[in-house]
Amino acid sequence: MSLAQLDMRAGEGADLVLRGATVLDPLAGIEAQHDVVVRAGEIAELAAPGEADVAGIEEIDADGLHAFPAFFDPHVHLRTPGQEHKEDIETGSRAAAAGGYCGVLAMANTEPPVSTPADIEALRAGARAAASVRIGFLATVTRGMEGEELTEMASLREAGALGFSDDGLPIRSALMLRRALQYQRLCGGAIALHEEDPDLSGAGVMHEGPVSAVLGLEGIPSVSESTTIARDAALAGYEGGRIHVQHLSAAESVEAVRVAKAAGVQISCEASPHHLCLTDEEVRSLDPQRFKMNPPLRSESDRQALIEGLRDGTIDCVATDHAPHAPEEKQVPFEAAAMGVTGLETAFAALHTELVLRGVIDLALLLERMTGGAEPFGIERPSLAPGSEANVALCDLGAEWTVGEDGYESRSSNSWCEGRKLTGRVLMTLAGGQVAYRLRSFSLGVAA
Amino acid sequence: MRHLLSIEQLSKAEIEAILDRAESFAEVGRRDIKKVPTLRGRTVVTLFYESSTRTSSSFELAAKRLSADLVSVKAAGSSVDKGESLKDTVATLSAYEPAAIVLRHPHAGAAHLVAGWADAAVVNAGDGKHEHPSQALLDVYTLRRQLGSLEGKRIWIVGDVLHSRVARSNLIAFKAMGADLTVCGPPALIPRGLEQLGCEVTHSLDRLEEADVVYSLRLQHERMRESFVPSLREYAAHFQIDSRRLGARQLLMHPGPVNRGVELSGEVVDSPQSLIAEQVASGLVVRMAILYELLAASDDETAPAAGNGAARATPIGQPA
Repeated sequence: MSLAQLDMRAGEGADLVLRGATVLDPLAGIEAQHDVVVRAGEIAELAAPGEADVAGIEEIDADGLHAFPAFFDPHVHLRTPGQEHKEDIETGSRAAAAGGYCGVLAMANTEPPVSTPADIEALRAGARAAASVRIGFLATVTRGMEGEELTEMASLREAGALGFSDDGLPIRSALMLRRALQYQRLCGGAIALHEEDPDLSGAGVMHEGPVSAVLGLEGIPSVSESTTIARDAALAGYEGGRIHVQHLSAAESVEAVRVAKAAGVQISCEASPHHLCLTDEEVRSLDPQRFKMNPPLRSESDRQALIEGLRDGTIDCVATDHAPHAPEEKQVPFEAAAMGVTGLETAFAALHTELVLRGVIDLALLLERMTGGAEPFGIERPSLAPGSEANVALCDLGAEWTVGEDGYESRSSNSWCEGRKLTGRVLMTLAGGQVAYRLRSFSLGVAA
Repeated sequence: MRHLLSIEQLSKAEIEAILDRAESFAEVGRRDIKKVPTLRGRTVVTLFYESSTRTSSSFELAAKRLSADLVSVKAAGSSVDKGESLKDTVATLSAYEPAAIVLRHPHAGAAHLVAGWADAAVVNAGDGKHEHPSQALLDVYTLRRQLGSLEGKRIWIVGDVLHSRVARSNLIAFKAMGADLTVCGPPALIPRGLEQLGCEVTHSLDRLEEADVVYSLRLQHERMRESFVPSLREYAAHFQIDSRRLGARQLLMHPGPVNRGVELSGEVVDSPQSLIAEQVASGLVVRMAILYELLAASDDETAPAAGNGAARATPIGQPA
């Protein structure tokens, strides 16, 4: 399906030109300096610099700036309905736009969970009223995420659910997942899986290893994740189903997905910026605001395995697992704090700073993985090819900024990047053909 | 020293300074009047979210011996029962401008958090399974009095290390004092990766005779239900320190309270090698020394005492 089928607020298509931008769209094979002409919300033309006929439209001096296909995040928590004190559709989509995203998939572990067609319809109406980027909604696999009965998956699909996930919790019963995979043949829709063995994870709050040993914090062993992935990949292979593994954190998990892909299982997976940039050493600070999430930050060898997976394609995409929490849920001791960190506003800048500028991966690969989250859900990736809906992230790759200094678009401030100095910043985002975001201090100089 | 949050923060010299101070308070304890005026007019708050006998009573008595005003808050029966957050409770108690807050909390890092919120000096009196620095200091003090120095002494820590904050702080403190450390217990009760603290890990008491000091840890009964060990009987058969296993020249320690017949047999608890009563006595003087180092030692120097509520406070409406 096309990205344009996802919901967002209706508005005027943008008419503007990005003068002299360095355009990079690896999948469309575009890498050159262009005047990017956007008319009525479509990429009208990629003209030679200075050549575009742009009478009467806004001109933006993009010389020295980069234009990328805007990003797609298959894993965010918008906390609506029920937890609007953390985030809602408006603030969450603003955060996405500020991070250069044109589309996101919202998880269903709300209060109550998104388990009925009416829930999906209400959320879609909410997105059409308030979203500044395109939003797709997932429904839960099991009613109320209780793991006992399947939701009405076919009716949910007809109402517009883009897929299914009990994210936040694993599907404990292998039989329940098997039934969902069987039913998927009827209704379609990828099943996205939070992989964890609840018995092995116990009351764990961080990665099990030398750091948890010293801190006296209960550990979540890597095998809690990898054994469940192996089980679910076997089920998907057996039933011919399509699964997407969420937030890989451990080396063993990357290997489990690699083996399943080699065996022909229809499996895709994602990794988050925080797992690609940080390790459990950070937890020594006992700061839950930035460093408590599930799955937990793991060891340096796990981080290296994730990077290798990103490089060789075992890991299809970057997903932020943007998980906003209110201050009173985070300003408590580590063990008592809520799991999760926000990430939409910093994902690109953090990975550019920590991986691209350090020479670990190249920029083109990062861009591919930043939009790769659409395909597992059957959605076309954003593209800068003329004729496409305008979904553009305009970035200054040299801009240095300190995260949190100017506040956040998100309602919550539990960013894992809080206080970090990053290089590379999104200045403007076009999403669904509309101007979704402009950095407040970004002066829109008119080209001479 | 601004706060005492962990043993990890202390150098060997800082540990020794506290122990030397404790020696001088031991001398005070032998006088008829066991009280000194050092902290007169200053307030010490003890805030305990977990039950405690030794730690709470010794901190309270230490504050009184130093002439401080004492406010003791136990979570049970306080507004904590009504759902007040740690942050709000600390803000409430901070209104009394305490010079020190002594905190026991079931979660790791609680004392670090409170140190960020309060002006008072914060003493970690046990945070979850993380650290229990005053216990480690009193244990080092007790051993130093017995052995002179811990340098090269072989110390075995035996039992449920996984759930023990005492084990973590003592490993760090004993190591800092130059001891040679072995940790012994059932595999599920030894945290994965513990060797990286610089100790040897074994699951058998066969070589226990090597030890100069045997430090036994409490085994809680609920560990059976969680299958960390199959039964108390089997645990005792493999890991109980009894008179058969404890040699005549070996010293025995335990942080208390003891489960007689589980980790220790009754006869070794009452044996002359047992330092358990000395540990409790040391607790008082070491905790006096900790409060002194935090609240009074900097008065000796030119720098003003940070976190010293009484010294800094200027009542509203009066000229500074």
